[in-house]
Amino acid sequence: MIYFDKVSKIYSPTSTALEDVSFSVEPKEFVSIVGHSGAGKTTLLKMLLAEDKPSSGKVFFESVNVHEASRDELPRIRRRIGSIFQDFRLLPNKTAYENVAFAMEAADASDEDIENDVPQALELVGLMDKALHFPHELSGGEKQRVAIARAIVNRPDVVLADEPTGNLDPLNTREIVELLKKINKLGTTVMLATHNHDVVNGLERRVITLDKGKVVRDDKKGRYII
Amino acid sequence: MHLRRVIKEGVINFWRNGWVSLAAILVMVLSLFMIGSLMFSNVLLTSALSRIEDQVDIGVYFKKEATEDEILNAQAALLQLAQVKSASYISEDEALEKFRTRHATNALITQSLEELGENPLQASLNIKAKDPSQYEVIARFLDASAYSALIDKINYFQNQVVIERLSGFLGASRAAGFGITIVFSLIAMLVVFNTIRLAIYTSRDEISVKRLVGATRRHVRTPFLVEGAMYGIISAIITMIIFYPLTLWIGPAGARFFGGPNLFNYYLSNFFEIFFILLAVGVVLGVISSSIATRRYLKI
Repeated sequence: MIYFDKVSKIYSPTSTALEDVSFSVEPKEFVSIVGHSGAGKTTLLKMLLAEDKPSSGKVFFESVNVHEASRDELPRIRRRIGSIFQDFRLLPNKTAYENVAFAMEAADASDEDIENDVPQALELVGLMDKALHFPHELSGGEKQRVAIARAIVNRPDVVLADEPTGNLDPLNTREIVELLKKINKLGTTVMLATHNHDVVNGLERRVITLDKGKVVRDDKKGRYII
Repeated sequence: MHLRRVIKEGVINFWRNGWVSLAAILVMVLSLFMIGSLMFSNVLLTSALSRIEDQVDIGVYFKKEATEDEILNAQAALLQLAQVKSASYISEDEALEKFRTRHATNALITQSLEELGENPLQASLNIKAKDPSQYEVIARFLDASAYSALIDKINYFQNQVVIERLSGFLGASRAAGFGITIVFSLIAMLVVFNTIRLAIYTSRDEISVKRLVGATRRHVRTPFLVEGAMYGIISAIITMIIFYPLTLWIGPAGARFFGGPNLFNYYLSNFFEIFFILLAVGVVLGVISSSIATRRYLKI
């Protein structure tokens, strides 16, 4: 369902983020992308969201090359991909509820669906009681759970998590990983970029290892080895 | 895209970004105030200029032997000219009558007239042109016409330099007024544009997050356009409120100094016209600025 075809991203002659990266991800897979800081994990996820263009190569979401998607097509693809970021990226002047509802509004959902699905998503991440709090009134773990609710509320086919536990303590980290596992169990493909050994080793799922922009390992039931 | 939702979001953002909105409105009020002030000062300038213009005329003095009919023919011919606004006939007797009343208190002049016995004054046509620059054409027309034999003198040629200078001054004043209005309006617009750009700069992360969540460009941009329009609407209302006490205060003094209309009366009688202009400028400025400012962050 996701296919990277010889993707390279060269920012400048001395700075290569990705080099000739090819792999594919099947539906309902849980893939961890690991590597040191600067190995190209974030760039890789950005390529799939079309937040940044590759220098060469193609990135397919199903049969569409996301970098050649039309103006109308790209938003529709993005609604099928839920994103979670290390820095949460919540809208600061919206409440937790509104942050989640916004993703549905962007998808032109009806008021009825929004009123029905947003509480469900908040319930799933255990934050219904903080629905009317603004991001600055929430802890780091809570913010990330709101971000997860936002990522899944449109029932996406894929969830991209870029270092979602990078700013969290071990307890919160475990909760977030459990949530991702739950989401995957419900049938959503998950791509998790992280450099946290414990998280990856605890998952016992597919691991793609990046080093200096290249794929150096791709193991079915991998561990973080580098 | 649900329009109601997007408008609601714009209004909510407007309130929640209180300080940014306040700053944008302040700057826009200043700009609209300047544009409004230019409108008011143009009213004063125009009325002062037309008053001066009205006082310019030329007199055509006829020889004693010219008959009244001949002079009336000349008047009719002048009125045919496109440049002539009015040409009023003053007969010898009327001229004398005016002369007497003007100098009624001067015993020497009255006495001299008595001694003279006959009327020394000439009949004349008093001509006003539609534009002060056209007096020369009118004077030349008379000089070249069949009536030139009847004409003793045209005082245009005595006042030529003054009239030409005045005409030049009036033209220059108008051009300057117009130029100043344009330049200051442009400056005001640039300041507003930059303020709104700064306001939207603070929202650039928000814009990129919305795009990545899958919102279309239009969906992201419209709330900002609503905010921009709100800046314009509120600023226009505030500016109109400021002008009420201001024109009330300045009105009488301005009327006395420029001899023009009282600005407060002008404000009241043209209230909706002025409000509509400020509203239109404010809303268009707010919406266009927001539209340009959001464009660069929408590229993701």
